[in-house]
Amino acid sequence: MTATLGHSAILLGFFAALAGIVGSLIAARTAEPRYQAIARYALVAQFTCVTLAAAALIYGLVTTDFSIKYVAFNTTRATPIYYRVTGLWGALEGSLLLWEWILIIFAAITAWLYRDRHKEMMPWVLLIFAIVSAFFLGVVGFLSNPFETLAPIPLDGRGLNPLLEDANMMTHPPLLYTGFVGLTVPYAFAMAALIVGKLDEAWIVSTRRWTIIAWFFLTAGNLVGAWWSYHVLGWGGYWAWDPVENAAFMPWLPATAFLHSIQVQERRRMLKVWNLSLIIVAFSLTIFGTFLTRSGILSSIHAFSSGPVGGFFLGFLAFILLGSFGLLAYRADLLKEQPELDSMVSRESAFLLNNIVLVSALFTIFLGTVFPLLSEAVAGVQVSVGAPYFNTVTVPLFLCLVFLMAVGPIIAWRRASWDNLKRNFLWPALVALAVGIGLCVWKVREFLPLLGFTLLTFVVCTILYDTALALRARNRIAGEGVLRGLITLARRNQRRYGGFVVHLGVVLIIMGIAGSMTYSIEKEATMAVNQELNVGNYRILFTGLKGAQQPTHFRVEAAFHVFHNGGDEGILNPALKFFPTQQSPIGRAVHQSSLSEDIYLILSGFSEVDRNQATLKVLVRPLVIWMWIGGFVITLGTLICILPIGKPTPQDD
Amino acid sequence: MPIRRLIITLSIIVPILALLAYGFTRDAHYITSPLLAKPAAPFTVTLFDGKKLTLDDLRGKAVFLNFWASWCEPCRDEANELEAAWKKVKDRNMVFLGVALQDTDKNSLEFLKEFKISYPNGRDESGKIAVDYGTWGIPESFFIDPQGRITYKHVGGIRAGLVLTKIEEAAKSIASAQEGRGDYQGVR
Repeated sequence: MTATLGHSAILLGFFAALAGIVGSLIAARTAEPRYQAIARYALVAQFTCVTLAAAALIYGLVTTDFSIKYVAFNTTRATPIYYRVTGLWGALEGSLLLWEWILIIFAAITAWLYRDRHKEMMPWVLLIFAIVSAFFLGVVGFLSNPFETLAPIPLDGRGLNPLLEDANMMTHPPLLYTGFVGLTVPYAFAMAALIVGKLDEAWIVSTRRWTIIAWFFLTAGNLVGAWWSYHVLGWGGYWAWDPVENAAFMPWLPATAFLHSIQVQERRRMLKVWNLSLIIVAFSLTIFGTFLTRSGILSSIHAFSSGPVGGFFLGFLAFILLGSFGLLAYRADLLKEQPELDSMVSRESAFLLNNIVLVSALFTIFLGTVFPLLSEAVAGVQVSVGAPYFNTVTVPLFLCLVFLMAVGPIIAWRRASWDNLKRNFLWPALVALAVGIGLCVWKVREFLPLLGFTLLTFVVCTILYDTALALRARNRIAGEGVLRGLITLARRNQRRYGGFVVHLGVVLIIMGIAGSMTYSIEKEATMAVNQELNVGNYRILFTGLKGAQQPTHFRVEAAFHVFHNGGDEGILNPALKFFPTQQSPIGRAVHQSSLSEDIYLILSGFSEVDRNQATLKVLVRPLVIWMWIGGFVITLGTLICILPIGKPTPQDD
Repeated sequence: MPIRRLIITLSIIVPILALLAYGFTRDAHYITSPLLAKPAAPFTVTLFDGKKLTLDDLRGKAVFLNFWASWCEPCRDEANELEAAWKKVKDRNMVFLGVALQDTDKNSLEFLKEFKISYPNGRDESGKIAVDYGTWGIPESFFIDPQGRITYKHVGGIRAGLVLTKIEEAAKSIASAQEGRGDYQGVR
């Protein structure tokens, strides 16, 4: 019953999307209100149908309706209710339904928000949404149907993959999907602007908030993914450069570039072709990401089981790329007139360099991701590309980005005079240099980390210095103190100060990455009870092994008393879980965080003969907690950017 | 001008799409074994009847080594074929050896009883034998010649006819140039 309802809703939604395509097309050509109404009603119909279908699937999951194949494969009777709900996106079919659901919600919001604006562009925007929605509904309705039924009805389900039974299952996929789908909005407007030929700044100004929000969700989604990897998978790492991880990260790069580059277009009407290309590439990469995860062409721990959908996604990707760039070429004559760069030392050139660096990073990561395919196609040789390649090529590029983060927001438009440069950057540069020298004297001898930390300090100093100067001006003009001044500054120029806070968050994340990449310590030792192990600033005392039978597995737990810099951090219990049908156990690593470093304990093994012996692997990871703190700072900065707290008289920066 | 840009853009996009399309033509999970024509790794396997068997014990005989598990569907499909092939060669200087991996004794013995397997079978306790042979998708079959060199590897289900052909080649120390493929299931 639920299955029939859900499947019918999807099919109805698909036909509504088709109607939406036709309606929008005619409305765009004739501007007749009747067809505009059809397009709008089609959207409402899709929204209703998809919500109904999603509700049906959630209902089926929650009530463990095993007549639905998807429910049987992703839950069991014993699965807690919150994991049953997350089962909605636990496998291929459901995740596509989730994507479509978020898409149609965004489409509906967009249609409603701009119902009285952009009269010429809106039908085309709705057309783009209808096309994308029709594609996803078609795939869900005909190719990978979550409402397939099973007969006879099994007594119990197969259950969620045990690694997915984690709190992050509730945040990571929805955050990431929201980021991906969010990019559809600026893309749709860009396409509409191209079709209509209105290539001024109107489409950018309208979609600015959407872009920031989509960017934020992409960032958050990736960070939560890293956090999940770190605290669950038990290898002490947060990023493996797995093809699907890369696929989630790649749209972030052009999205970041786009976010910054549109400011140049708004101010100086430059970089128009860049902006259009960046949003096309960003949106295409979101489709590419779904394609990669579901096609099975690259081996990845994240991949869903491959089905027939891969080919259709590739086809859709081809349609998007060829269609969008074709449109861009078609409108090339409208994009020719634009001001020249006045000077290589200016904010425009900094933003241009920003674009180039981000696109270069995208290129290198993309190359590394598809290299196994390339190598097999060209030379017949099977290779895998891993962290060594990616770290080597991306680190220098990201260091360039850090430098640009310091320079970009502060440097003058058009042409930065020497005087201007001195005034804004001299003190921050000197302080950063001093810190760099200090770090070198203290401990940091390797070139890249030293350069990294110095540049990060430079960023912080430029932000603090500029803000301090502005606060001093507020004090002189209006007698405002620091707190009051900060609030006024933020309200008068949300994007600038929100951006500063976001940059500070990024600095913290990079600091965490730099620290953990350069100064991690690894040690493995077999210990007897009451034996101690010293690793870095930690002293670990093995106090014993304990075995216990759990409902689904047998668990061997080791107890370690951990001391950090002399202070008692308590007892940590890494464990090994033995499932009856698996030859090798699943490990449960534990970690303890502090502001300076994390300690990560992995129980590698234990002696079955001598119950007083265990093999322990210890990882000390410095500064990792700052990555997660940086994430919260980015959230705060984004809120400052987008919340309606602005003062009516905006001040130019 | 715009035509030139369009051509440049197309010459970037189309090869990428072609490369991705190529991806559909091969199996991303398939790992080609480097073990063909190389010496087989020594192992000690505990048979289900309690005896221990090492590869050295089998020196001088052609060996058919098969990795399987009771939960593996393609292994069930090929079990009858293997038993049929064994019946044809059991009186010759050839040995069939099955190694169960990632399995429980109870399920393995039930599997052997169900298909009436009469050739020796044992369990890979520590998983080391599977690691040494690079097993990634079962069932996997290795053919080893009397001098201990691997002459052929087959990933996935194998038919009796091919088993007999390849074991004859192994007896004559003829190494195959390429490994073979059938229906397989990834190991856990």
